Amino acid sequence: MADKGVKNGRRKALKLMFRDIGLAGLGGIVWGATATKLKASELTLRPPGALLEEDFLKACIRCGNCVEACPYDTLKLADIDDHASAGSPFFIPRTTPCYMCPDVPCIPACPSGALDAATIPKEESHEKKAIPDVEKARMGIAVIDQESCLAYWGIQCDACYRACPLMGEAITLEMKRNERTGKHALLEPVVHRDVCTGCGMCEHACVTEKAAIFVLPRAVATGMVGKHYIKGWEREDERRLKELKDKKEKTSKPEDILNNWESLFGDD
Amino acid sequence: MIEYFKNNRYLILRRTTQAGLLLLFSGTQWWGWKLLTGTYSSARVFELFYLSDPHAVLQAMAAGFVMSSDALIGALIILAFYALLAGRSFCSWVCPLNMVTDLAKWTRGKLKLSGHENLIKINRKTRYWVLGIGLVVSWFAGIAAFEIINPITIFHRGIIFGIGLGWMAVAAVFLFDVLVVEHGWCGHLCPLGAFYTIISRFALVKVSHDTEKCTLCMKCKDVCHEEQVLFLIGEDSGYIRGACSICARCIEVCDDDALKFSVFNYKT
Repeated sequence: MADKGVKNGRRKALKLMFRDIGLAGLGGIVWGATATKLKASELTLRPPGALLEEDFLKACIRCGNCVEACPYDTLKLADIDDHASAGSPFFIPRTTPCYMCPDVPCIPACPSGALDAATIPKEESHEKKAIPDVEKARMGIAVIDQESCLAYWGIQCDACYRACPLMGEAITLEMKRNERTGKHALLEPVVHRDVCTGCGMCEHACVTEKAAIFVLPRAVATGMVGKHYIKGWEREDERRLKELKDKKEKTSKPEDILNNWESLFGDD
Repeated sequence: MIEYFKNNRYLILRRTTQAGLLLLFSGTQWWGWKLLTGTYSSARVFELFYLSDPHAVLQAMAAGFVMSSDALIGALIILAFYALLAGRSFCSWVCPLNMVTDLAKWTRGKLKLSGHENLIKINRKTRYWVLGIGLVVSWFAGIAAFEIINPITIFHRGIIFGIGLGWMAVAAVFLFDVLVVEHGWCGHLCPLGAFYTIISRFALVKVSHDTEKCTLCMKCKDVCHEEQVLFLIGEDSGYIRGACSICARCIEVCDDDALKFSVFNYKT
């Protein structure tokens, strides 16, 4: 009888253990799903020097030191109703853009390395203490909705062009003939993605009711051609073609591909 | 009046440290004091060095990011302070959410809900599971899992930088504590409390009990938020260990001088 009691006790303990593990798993799944969902807020603009979003989310300790360091109150820490992971710093250029302080005070204030000066090339003129060149920061890219841009309508407006801290480089005005009137010029703003820092001064300055030029995170606003397109007119790119050819010679008949089962599961 | 201060001396001290620290952080945000900058996640002290939340640093590590030395050293200092000296005192002397959960306990008393059976049953050990699951979720979601839903930091940031919908997280904790489980958040679920409980096992500052003086009035058990740690009352002299957050309420209410602060003796 005593033996049976022990057995029942053990069974009960096992049952409880499996229940606890099950509950823990359930909690983990719900929590994990929430975390993954909360992470996926791509439309967030980060301070200069921020790591790529994926790494930034891991690295940011959500302390607010960058917010305190920002002299223009540009940066805010996300509340739970903002489009950013709670507690992480972001800015909305239409409200307050990044004024690109030459000493970039938000970066040295970061204790965790989520804002990292090494992500921005150094300023050449500063020899003593290498300060990151904020003009090479890449917070986002300004994008223009031509349909709602007054300049594209033919009305004279160069608010964004003049607001741009890299005037004439990040945004240029392209002169075109106004076909509608036949006798006026169009001065169309064009953003150059290699120069634009994503500071949002243009978005802040835009005169339309809802900004016709606005900053999007780089990952959102840029496309990717894919490596199978090659610029035949550039020597560097042409070299890639040769490399690809070399690789191709290794592969053989279709049936060999099937027979070589390991390659079916590999990337290559 | 003097009697009141005497009977609530540690409570008043605790509220002073809790509110005082928050005031120092807010002073930086609103009046430029610069004594404490940031938040408890990582606080810059006198513009000299950082103190960081070791649990947040640990989560980032689980997510695959080792923070830079400022945050790491800050976390080590805090870890050493609580592990060697101050025990789990963060929870009752520093944590801003403690004011909310204490208010919840007070409300529960006013509503005469104390002593009633909880709406649902939660084991006090659940918090250790939450701590562990949080680290696992951090690992596979690639983000500090607790930090993105942490009601403590949501409340803390809210006080310093202004609160948006984050008040809902705070209200949720309050209502949970009042209506669902007594001491529900701090005593059952909070992984940060679990973390500090684990690391502070051998901390020097402890409350000790002298059973010779005890008259078994049980006032201490009435005020204690972790009444299981007082199992030795009236039975055994010794240190109060486990999840005790050294709030010292038991010392205040004890009329027999049977409970007092003491220094942990490693030899016993």
